Amino acid sequence: MDADPVLLARLQFAFTVVFHIIFPSFTIGLSAWLATLGGLWVYTGEERYQLLMRFWVKIFAVSFGMGVVSGIVLSYQFGTNWSRFSAFSGDVIGPLLGYEVLAAFFLEATFLGILLFGFSRVPPWLYTLSAAVVAFGTMSSAFWILAANSWMHTPVGYAVQNGVAVPVDWLQIIFNPSFPYRFAHMLNAAYLTTAFVVLGVGARFLLEGRHLSEGRTMLRMAIGLAVVLAPLQLFIGDQHGLNTLEHQPIKVAAMEGHWDGSKPADFHIFAWPDEKAGKNRFEISIPRGSSIILTHSLDGLIPGLLSVPPDQRPPVTIVFFAFRIMLALGFFMIAAALYGAFLWWRGTLFEARWFLRVVANTWWAGFVAVIAGWVVTESGRQPWLIYNVMRTADGISPVPGATVLGTLALFIVAYGIVFSFGIYYMNRLIKHGPDSGGHHDAPNFSGNPLAAAQPANREH
Amino acid sequence: MASMEMYLPLIWAALIGVSVAMYIILDGFDLGIGVLFPFTKSETERDQMMRTIAPFWDGNETWLILGGVGLFVAFPRAYAAIMPALYIPVIVMLVALVFRGVAFEFRTVSRSKRGWSFSFALGSTIATFAQGVILGGLVQGIEVSNREFSGGPFDWATPFSFLCGVSLVAGYALLGTTWLHMKTDGEVAARAQRQAKYWLITVLFFMAAVSVYTPIAEPRIAARWFSLPNFYFLWPVPTITALVAFACWHWIERDREVPPFLASIALFMLGYIGLVISNYPYLVPPSLTIWDTAASASSQVFMLIGTLFLLPMVLGYIIFVYWLFRGKVREGESYH
Repeated sequence: MDADPVLLARLQFAFTVVFHIIFPSFTIGLSAWLATLGGLWVYTGEERYQLLMRFWVKIFAVSFGMGVVSGIVLSYQFGTNWSRFSAFSGDVIGPLLGYEVLAAFFLEATFLGILLFGFSRVPPWLYTLSAAVVAFGTMSSAFWILAANSWMHTPVGYAVQNGVAVPVDWLQIIFNPSFPYRFAHMLNAAYLTTAFVVLGVGARFLLEGRHLSEGRTMLRMAIGLAVVLAPLQLFIGDQHGLNTLEHQPIKVAAMEGHWDGSKPADFHIFAWPDEKAGKNRFEISIPRGSSIILTHSLDGLIPGLLSVPPDQRPPVTIVFFAFRIMLALGFFMIAAALYGAFLWWRGTLFEARWFLRVVANTWWAGFVAVIAGWVVTESGRQPWLIYNVMRTADGISPVPGATVLGTLALFIVAYGIVFSFGIYYMNRLIKHGPDSGGHHDAPNFSGNPLAAAQPANREH
Repeated sequence: MASMEMYLPLIWAALIGVSVAMYIILDGFDLGIGVLFPFTKSETERDQMMRTIAPFWDGNETWLILGGVGLFVAFPRAYAAIMPALYIPVIVMLVALVFRGVAFEFRTVSRSKRGWSFSFALGSTIATFAQGVILGGLVQGIEVSNREFSGGPFDWATPFSFLCGVSLVAGYALLGTTWLHMKTDGEVAARAQRQAKYWLITVLFFMAAVSVYTPIAEPRIAARWFSLPNFYFLWPVPTITALVAFACWHWIERDREVPPFLASIALFMLGYIGLVISNYPYLVPPSLTIWDTAASASSQVFMLIGTLFLLPMVLGYIIFVYWLFRGKVREGESYH
């Protein structure tokens, strides 16, 4: 069996990172959502906020658990699969990850204990504060990990000494040219993803005619958030694109499926890139569309893929289609948010059954968009691990391909099992819904750890 | 500058040593609960055991990330040599931790708890065993040429590393029993007290086995311990170990609650100190020292400044949470 260690190491990292990214993009948003509910509960004293908070804490717990364990895997993979990269860039990347652990992970993990188990031990304000601390922790975790990731895309502030990257200017390294865009784009994506999950669950409750008060609250809050964040994401994404054009032009060329840099670029709504032939086989395009978007001019030129030799091009097909998936979902989310806001304004949001049905069935839109976005940015960086500094093939560990293949299979089986059960349990928690008021006057939630596991028909 | 490059790696080696010690103590007792799961009769009792660690386990496990990342930060070349060498046990540990970690939540929301109890027990035991193997694999040495791992994928698989794996399972189980005795009431506490004695004997047996085996197998370690004048300074380590073990037994018999847990931690720390003495100043025995693998002074200083601010804060709120959930577990305390 001929196992290519570079390809397998990339597949293993891609698989574990895609699995992991699902959970942070949810828990960053969800912890902020919990803190908001807690704040409203403490401020207004209304029970529906407290019910909603407790309901979402259960779902948060399941997804946070999966996020933590898959994150630990990633923190060790730098060494197991990418040891030459670690040896080369450890002096620069290492401290960024170190700050992530010290400033973020401990904060999240410790206050999570209070959020999950401290309800009867601490006053409401401290309980709510714990949710806010967890939210802050998840956000600062994103800050540091994206600083590290962005540096790999736009490396600055270092010098190479004795074959090793040595830091020269830490501020430059952290706030490297692509970092602000990447951080804003990811954070906004996480909040938007969560808004669409909350929207979907609220719509589901209204369609099923139960938990109506909580469902309406979720719908209003989610629409209110999405109508701001979804258009904002388009703007941030556009700015990020301009930044990428400046620093990683060939990645943009791949996103656009644009081969010949001497002509103004059309925007291809659909095309079939042929990487061997160096052209697109089939195109439906807006003439000069990309030139207008990226250069604000009808005949602005954008570098094309043919301007570099094939061994310096990213996998065009993957980048091209992933970008379109992200874009399509982004526009869908903008449309859904605006239309939802329109219905709300007209006063028919809670009766528009077909709209509710659509958003109830597209709760996943943000997740898929996030994954597609990561595929665009990470595949688009290829063949570089650190852009224009270290090739991916030069960063791997001296480990035989067969070993990487074996552990990849292990991860696929393990994550497959864990993910299936996780989705199943979350779905059951949502089916069960918030415990309606009056069932438990005691501060101790239900006194029965099995409560959440009861069949969904228990209360209706 | 020269002296800074001399002391910074020392400071960092000490800091990583402390975070590994924190990890062994903290995640040790909660992994131990998983090892003890099969010796318990009912799921209700397992609920009680799980509740003693549920608010803490996530923070505890974060020390494992700090240990790994700390190595990456301060000694990137050691990290890059060790991880590929111990590739298989590291990945096995990670996958075992996945099954164990999700069991905390899945077990409470699942209709039948048995499957996830099994996953928790097996995951905890395999993760512990793998950690012991990783430790043993490191102590027995890693083949390095050109500052890069140059051995085969199964070099770590020796009788010595497996012995270390089994020893650690017994060690974490001992921490688990004394923790349970401290944090629970009734039958669970009584059983933990009975089991503590058996695990103590087992641990002492394995500590002795590892202590005899190591100097025989590794002449450099024998030279460290049995040459003069080292021997005069080092003989207190095994002597204190024996005294602490005796005290631990005594306190378990007397039904004391906190001292046996502290004594089992002390036993662990003595074993750990023994290992450190055996291997200093090598980070990747037998060839790379902490100075060979250190990150640039700029990186170590940058991280040190943050650590000096953040680590006390981290310790502060960890202590707060342990204090908040102090005492015996309360019946039915959960968010479900």
